[in-house]
Amino acid sequence: MNTIGETLNNSSIGIEAESMVVRFSGDSGDGMQLTGMQFTDTAAFLGNDLSTFPDYPSEIRAPIGTVAGVSGFQVHFGSKEIYTPGDEFDVLVAMNAAALKVDLPRLKKGGVVIANISGFDKKNLGLAKYPETADPLEDGTLDNYILHKVDITKNTKECLAGTGLGTKEIERSKNMFVLGLLFWTFEKPLDHTIKFIEEKFAKKTEIADANIRTLRAGWNYGENTEIFNTRFKVTSAKMVSGVYRNITGNHATAIGLIAASDKSGLPLFLGSYPITPATDILHELSKYKANGVKTFQAEDEIAGVCSAIGASYTGQLAITTTSGPGLALKTEAIGLATMLEIPLVIVNVQRGGPSTGLPTKTEQADLLMAMHGRHGEAPLAVLAATSPSDCFNMAYEACRIAVEHMTPVILLTDGYIANGSEPWRFPNEDDLKPISVEFLGKPNGAEGEILPYKRNEKLVRPWIKPGTKGMEHRIGGLEKQDITGNVSYDPLNHETMVHLRAEKINKIADYIPELRPDTGNDKAKLLVLGWGSTYGAIKTAVREAIAEGYDVAHAHLRYINPFPKNLGDLLRGYDKVLIPEMNSGQLLQLIRAKYLIDAIGFSKVQGLPFTTTEMKAKIVELLK
Amino acid sequence: METLLENDIKPLTSKDFSTDQDVKWCPGCGDYSILKQAQTIFPELGVPKENLVFISGIGCSSRFTYYMDTFGVHSIHGRAAAIASGVKAANPDLSVWIVSGDGDSFSIGGNHFIHAMRKNFNFNYLVFNNQIYSLTKGQYSPTSEKGKVTKTTPYGSIEEPFNPSELALGAKASFVSRTLDRDPKHMQMVLKRADQFKGTSFVEIYQNCPVFNDAAFFAFSDKETKKEEAIFLEHGKPLIYGHNDEKGIKLDGLTPVIVNIAENGLADLWIHDEKDKTKANLLSRFFDTTFNGEDFPRPFGILYADERPVYDEGMTMQIEEIRSRKGRMPLNKILSGDNTWIIA
Repeated sequence: MNTIGETLNNSSIGIEAESMVVRFSGDSGDGMQLTGMQFTDTAAFLGNDLSTFPDYPSEIRAPIGTVAGVSGFQVHFGSKEIYTPGDEFDVLVAMNAAALKVDLPRLKKGGVVIANISGFDKKNLGLAKYPETADPLEDGTLDNYILHKVDITKNTKECLAGTGLGTKEIERSKNMFVLGLLFWTFEKPLDHTIKFIEEKFAKKTEIADANIRTLRAGWNYGENTEIFNTRFKVTSAKMVSGVYRNITGNHATAIGLIAASDKSGLPLFLGSYPITPATDILHELSKYKANGVKTFQAEDEIAGVCSAIGASYTGQLAITTTSGPGLALKTEAIGLATMLEIPLVIVNVQRGGPSTGLPTKTEQADLLMAMHGRHGEAPLAVLAATSPSDCFNMAYEACRIAVEHMTPVILLTDGYIANGSEPWRFPNEDDLKPISVEFLGKPNGAEGEILPYKRNEKLVRPWIKPGTKGMEHRIGGLEKQDITGNVSYDPLNHETMVHLRAEKINKIADYIPELRPDTGNDKAKLLVLGWGSTYGAIKTAVREAIAEGYDVAHAHLRYINPFPKNLGDLLRGYDKVLIPEMNSGQLLQLIRAKYLIDAIGFSKVQGLPFTTTEMKAKIVELLK
Repeated sequence: METLLENDIKPLTSKDFSTDQDVKWCPGCGDYSILKQAQTIFPELGVPKENLVFISGIGCSSRFTYYMDTFGVHSIHGRAAAIASGVKAANPDLSVWIVSGDGDSFSIGGNHFIHAMRKNFNFNYLVFNNQIYSLTKGQYSPTSEKGKVTKTTPYGSIEEPFNPSELALGAKASFVSRTLDRDPKHMQMVLKRADQFKGTSFVEIYQNCPVFNDAAFFAFSDKETKKEEAIFLEHGKPLIYGHNDEKGIKLDGLTPVIVNIAENGLADLWIHDEKDKTKANLLSRFFDTTFNGEDFPRPFGILYADERPVYDEGMTMQIEEIRSRKGRMPLNKILSGDNTWIIA
């Protein structure tokens, strides 16, 4: 039995909580992301609902001990449904002075600080730019909190003394001490992490042993140290019954694409260039060679999309993945795909912009670029995922629409849901919507001619694979003659084609679900209309507001171009419409322009997601 | 012949490769010759017509796609190689031909050009080099000679031009060749060799623009000058040129030397070896480099050809190897991952 947590120290104070937010905070090299993920996995296994938020700097190793180098991992877990990583933390693990400085402002009053004493020596205080005489662990800064000072570094060293490991390896194990201590604090067993360590270091048993020993030492420290007397109990959540896994948004996007490839029977091709925070999709898909997935790391963003266009032309399910700056580079090629009318999925994992902006922080500021960011009038479908697991659904939908409507589709996710994770009641392959694919195998003209731009009832042209005997034809970026696809400079033909390309996209509305309120009723004083990753914060805030008697509802857009057919009618059922976005009001512009509704914007552009508190305050303000 | 007819196998002719579109290049354009030579040799390649794909960029050259009755995409400026990479990676069975120009490949598409050479897809990369921007009506290009007077350089350009074969070799090209529009037989030979070669076959075609850069390459094709200014390479044959084939080139260490055959004899002349990269590097520099103060004739033909593993095949082989070792993962397994839990 690995479970040490069976004997409880009766002298400790047990606090039962419905949900808790823990923030692991330390240097980029302190292993906080791994610690957070292990904690999350164990919580998920024990049936907690949860939501995570990795929050790290863009520098891989910023100067040690500085505020710039602080890397955080936040997990919100509970016995109720969890939709956000939480506004404030209940527990803050601060590995050094800089971590405390960055994260203390969001620790709840009365919350717990677990501080690593070695990270608060004179040198570290200086690096964190605390004033010369200040020492937050001693000077009263933390009077309103429960402070546990633990010499994590020293304890780890003592625990591993005599193992023959070098100073570096020992230093690297200290995150396991933290994890062990946290598992004790939250009454969670060590089994899952021990199994993980054993698998990860299967070939380096001395490292595995050291990590496990340190993990247990952390647990024992909590158990045996008199002063460490606070324990929390978060019971499992009442979630829909079923089989669950934990998943991040980027991982979900990747397997959504694989699922679409499998269900459509089209081989999957990804042409991509590494860019934060989208690269994990390329990483993940590169693992599935045994399933025939072709990943092509192109020489640049443009080659990424162009290779995908080439693969699509040959009849494969073609994808390119990127973030804002990459989407900007790809725009000309996406215009070509619009002209060629071939399927193409462009995944844009949004980050803070413009320019290099905030590469590791989140934002929703590429919506108007996705809608309009091409030369000429080049309409395409735009979708947005609401949560980590929803990335699976929307990636699948993006492929379905691209293939069935012969069009480029931009899927918008963002750094927040791409890196964040949540439990996912994953589907069975049999439950996935079919994707129908047709290739034209023989001439479609009355006279036996090939008409590449002859459209069906959806206004969709046929997909013709090179290699199909007797179907040789040419297409290109020059304007097409309607039906024949020949080059045409005819003025009226151009106007016809511009309208046809737009109408084809509008018709997609017949093949997507109508919009219904997610929470609340069809009519109310206020509708909060969101899109993309603001889902969790809005849902939580609206539920709380309704519980307090406010007349409010929440609807969330996942299909942005075209909008669901009933959107205008739905919006008119509410006295006021509030549109919260992590930009300066982009959906707001689209809604106001299209439906002439005096919607109210609520904007946050700080590289951080909305908190439930600020969302609810805005709702209450509008209803007072 | 009856059995052939029964199976509907008719030998293709050059007409089978002409489309119903009007060819719209200027009268006298070198592109007409290139189109003619392609349509002449394609029936002989033995590739089923439906497996031929032309991908072009932007520029006069790139209209080529519309005139070849095969599959084709006339794409965007500079990106033909990137699109062709996707075509070939997705379906290695297709015979893919990139058609591009000096601006398309060496300026806006320079990055894709060098990476195409390095990655070594099994496709053919034709660059129609006329040393000028023609479709935009006459600006200097990255292959225009220094001092070139054009609309954007009324006082002469101040830039050195690219040497395309040296650039290709530097980018790890496995097949580097040069031919010209006014030598149809030579061009047909080079195009056939490009088709036969497994790997990225780079063919630089000197192409005359009668409107904006007339006669740029005439020295290499006019009777008067051709034999002095050009040298036609043949594998295993000595380097000989001159009006009466009286000149030879030999190597003094790694320095090329021009000799009079009557005095020197044939015995120690440089024998062209397509697989010798050191010699190919020297040949590529018969461009603007002088050796011991002497100018060398411009080489035409296959400067370098040495097969090495190709990208598309490597990609397919890796997939097959991993599939046979690990087996295809069922979709349900991908959806569930390794760690699940049940909530009752």
